[in-house]
Amino acid sequence: MLELLAGNEALALGAYHAGVMVASAYPGTPSTEILEVLSEHKDIRTDWASDERVAMEVGLGASYAGVRSLVVMKHVGLNVASDPFMSSSITGINAGLVMIVADDPGMHSSQSEQDTRNYARFAKIPVLEPSDSQEAYDFIEYAFDLSETFDTPVIVRTTTRISHSKSVVNVNKVRTEHNRDFTYNVSKYVLLPGYARARRPDQYARVAGLEEHAETFELNQITLGSKDVGIISSGVAYQYAKEVFPDASFLKLGMVYPLPKKLISDFADGVDKLIVVEELDPFLEENIRLMGIELQGKDIFPTIGEYSPDVIAQNAAKAGLIDNIVVSNKPAEGLPKRPPLLCPGCPHTGLFSILSSIGKRSAPKKTTDINNSGLVICGDIGCYTLGTYPPLSAMDINVCMGASIGTALGMERANVDKKVVAVIGDSTFFHSGISGLLSAVYFDSKMTLVILDNLTTAMTGHQDHPGTGVSAQGDQTRKVGLEQLIRGSGVNDLEVVDAFDIKTIKSTVKKALDADHLSVIIVRGDCAVRIKARSGPRAVETEKCNDCGMCLLLGCSAIQKDGDKVRIDATLCAGDICTICEQVCPRGAIELK
Amino acid sequence: MDKVNLLIAGVGGQGVILASDIVGEVAIAAGYDFKKTDTLGMAQRGGSVISHLKIAPKVNSPLIAQGDVDILLAFEKMEAARWAYYLKPDGVAIVNNHVLPPLSVNLGVETYPSDDTVIADIKRATDKIYLISGTSMAADLGNVKTLNMLMLGAISHFLPITDQVWKESMAQRLPAAILEINDRAFEVGKKEIRNDNLR
Repeated sequence: MLELLAGNEALALGAYHAGVMVASAYPGTPSTEILEVLSEHKDIRTDWASDERVAMEVGLGASYAGVRSLVVMKHVGLNVASDPFMSSSITGINAGLVMIVADDPGMHSSQSEQDTRNYARFAKIPVLEPSDSQEAYDFIEYAFDLSETFDTPVIVRTTTRISHSKSVVNVNKVRTEHNRDFTYNVSKYVLLPGYARARRPDQYARVAGLEEHAETFELNQITLGSKDVGIISSGVAYQYAKEVFPDASFLKLGMVYPLPKKLISDFADGVDKLIVVEELDPFLEENIRLMGIELQGKDIFPTIGEYSPDVIAQNAAKAGLIDNIVVSNKPAEGLPKRPPLLCPGCPHTGLFSILSSIGKRSAPKKTTDINNSGLVICGDIGCYTLGTYPPLSAMDINVCMGASIGTALGMERANVDKKVVAVIGDSTFFHSGISGLLSAVYFDSKMTLVILDNLTTAMTGHQDHPGTGVSAQGDQTRKVGLEQLIRGSGVNDLEVVDAFDIKTIKSTVKKALDADHLSVIIVRGDCAVRIKARSGPRAVETEKCNDCGMCLLLGCSAIQKDGDKVRIDATLCAGDICTICEQVCPRGAIELK
Repeated sequence: MDKVNLLIAGVGGQGVILASDIVGEVAIAAGYDFKKTDTLGMAQRGGSVISHLKIAPKVNSPLIAQGDVDILLAFEKMEAARWAYYLKPDGVAIVNNHVLPPLSVNLGVETYPSDDTVIADIKRATDKIYLISGTSMAADLGNVKTLNMLMLGAISHFLPITDQVWKESMAQRLPAAILEINDRAFEVGKKEIRNDNLR
C-alpha cells in the first residue's frame, strides 16, 4: 500500500512493524513525532521519559529484559543520554535496541549543530542513515537485525529534512515480534571494572565484524554512471547530489559507520575523481582519507549549515565540477522579517512584560539601555526563550536544557552586580532543572527562580511530562506535584501565581527580588494554543486611547498598529483567557468588544 | 505537465501545511511520485511558513532549487514578494491579496511594503500574477479558515489532476461538518484563475 508519510511517521511505523515492544523518548524537534505516532499503538508500551538519559536507560533495561526497544531523541538529547549510551556499547544488548537520533543541520530549532556520527565512532556503535521516508521505514528493521546479530545498540540517524519531509512509502510489512528470554549475566550487565575490562576487546571485535559485514551490506549501494566523477554520499545529501550530478557514479552509504574499506577502495579505483558529499562534519571524508584514499569533500562543500540542491550546485560550480549557474532572480530586499513570537494569550507574556519593565528593558516610546538593567535573567529552552526578542527583551542567557539555574548560580557566585533571576518552564524543570534547584538550595542561593508552568511541553507540540500525570499513550498515571517537589528539596519561600494576573505577578516578583533568600515563583496558566473555545476578544476604544504604547510592549501579535491607531485583531485575540492588555492599559481603553 | 514544482508560502495558522498535504495525496492518487518539505520557524503561530512540493515521475530532493518553481501559491501578500525569486521566468504566482503585519510593523520599527512594491517585487520574477481576494471570499463563505481550500481550488487549475481526486482527498482529510463549506471554497478558488485577476 502506498502512503504519503513524513520521515518520522515512517520511522515509527517501521519500528512498530519490526516488533518494538517498549519505546521511550523526551520530545525535541525534529524527533518528537516518532514517539507520538508510535503511541497510537496500544499493544506496545511507549513513554515520555523525564529526560533522554532516562529514556536511554528504559530502552536498555527493556532490551536486557528481552524485548525489542526503541529510544528516540534529538541530537542534543544524546548529550544528555551520553552516559548510559557509552556504557551500552560495553554491555551490548539482549533483544534489539535501536536509537533514533535526529540531527538539525541549519539549527532550525536547536541551540547547536552537532553531527551524531561522531558520537557513534566515539562509542563504537553502528549508524544507519535513511535518505527518504521509504528508507526510514525500511532501515529500522535492518537496524534491529544488526543490533541482535552484533550484540550492540544501533543508531538510526535522521536529520530535520528527512524527519519532516513527506514522501511515498510502500508499506509492505506486517508486525512481527522477536522476544527473547531474560537471563542473569553479571559479567555482561554489571560494569564493574573487572567485567567491563574483559568486554573491551569485544567492542573492537564487533567493529571489525561490522566493517566486514558492510562490504556486502545491501544498504551500501553502487550505481555506476560516468567514470569521470564518483560521489560517495548518504542521507538527504545523496538526494541533492543525485540532482546536481545526474550522470555521476554513486556509492550511496546506508550505513555510515563503520565503513566498508574494500568497497570504497574499489569504487575509488573505478572513477577519475572521487568526491564526498556529506552534511555537517567531514566524517566520511576523514575516515576514507585514513584508508589512504584521496578525495575531495569539504574543500568544495561547506561544513556549517544545512545543504540544499542550491548549496551543492553553487559550490560544485565554483569548483568547476559543473557549469556555472545563472541566477536570474534575487530575493526582494528590505521586507520586514516575520520572526517566531509568543502566541496571543501566551501565559508567559505577563511575567516577561513585568521582568522587562522592572529590569528596564522596555519603556513606552523610549529606547532603553540594557546596561542600566538591575537584573540578569538566566533563561532556558522552550517557547519562553522567545521572551529574548524585543519588545520584551527579557532573557540574557540561554545555554541548554536546564542550564538556567546553574548559570544563575554561577552569576551569583561571581558576585555579579545585578539581581539574579532564573526562568525555566515546567517540562524543562522536570527534565534537568531539578538538579540545578538541588544545588541552589545547597549553595544557599538568594536568587529568584521563576517556573513558567503551562502544564505541558508546549514548544514541541504539547507532550505530557511527570507533572501532568498523563502518559504518552493518554492514560492517567501518577503525577509529580511541582510544589511538593520544590518544597521537598528545601525551598521555604514558594509562591504560586496566576499567569494572567499582572498585579499579583508584579508584587510577587518585586518581593522575591528584594528577599535575601532563595525564592521560587510558579507562574501557572494553560498554553493558549490548547484552548480551542475562545470568547470575548478585546477591542481598543479609540476615543480613550492616547497611543501611549503600553499594550504594544507586550509583543502580542493580536495588537496591531495601523498608522497611529492601535487595534486588536479579533480573530487572533485570546479574549477572556488572557486580558493582559486590558490590565496594562493605563487609560482603560481596552475592553470587551 | 509531467513535472511540477510548487511553493506554498504563508504565515503560521493559515493552513499551509494541510493544503500541501492534500496536494501530495492527490499527486500520489494520480500516479505520481511526490515529495514535500515544510520549513517552519520554532513557534506555533505567526512565523513564516514555506512548503516545497515536487510532483514528477521520480523525485530525489524534496527541496526545490532557486529559479525552478513552476507555481508560487502565496497565502499572504508580503510572503509572495519574499519567495517570488524562486520562480522560473515563466512561472505563475497566485497571491492572496491579504495583509498580515508582522510584529515589527505593529511596533512601527519596520514598514509593510506598499501594493506597488509587492507587485514590482513579484514582477521581477514573473509576469503571470493572479491577485485574488482569498481571505475576504473565505470570510464571505462564512469561515475564514477555508482559505487554504480556496487556494487549492485556484492551483488545481494548473495541475493534471481531476476534480474528483481533489474532492476525495479533501473528504478524507477534513471533518464532515466543514466539508461542504470547504468544497464551496475550492469551487470559488477555481474560478479566480481568470484574466481580470492578472496583474
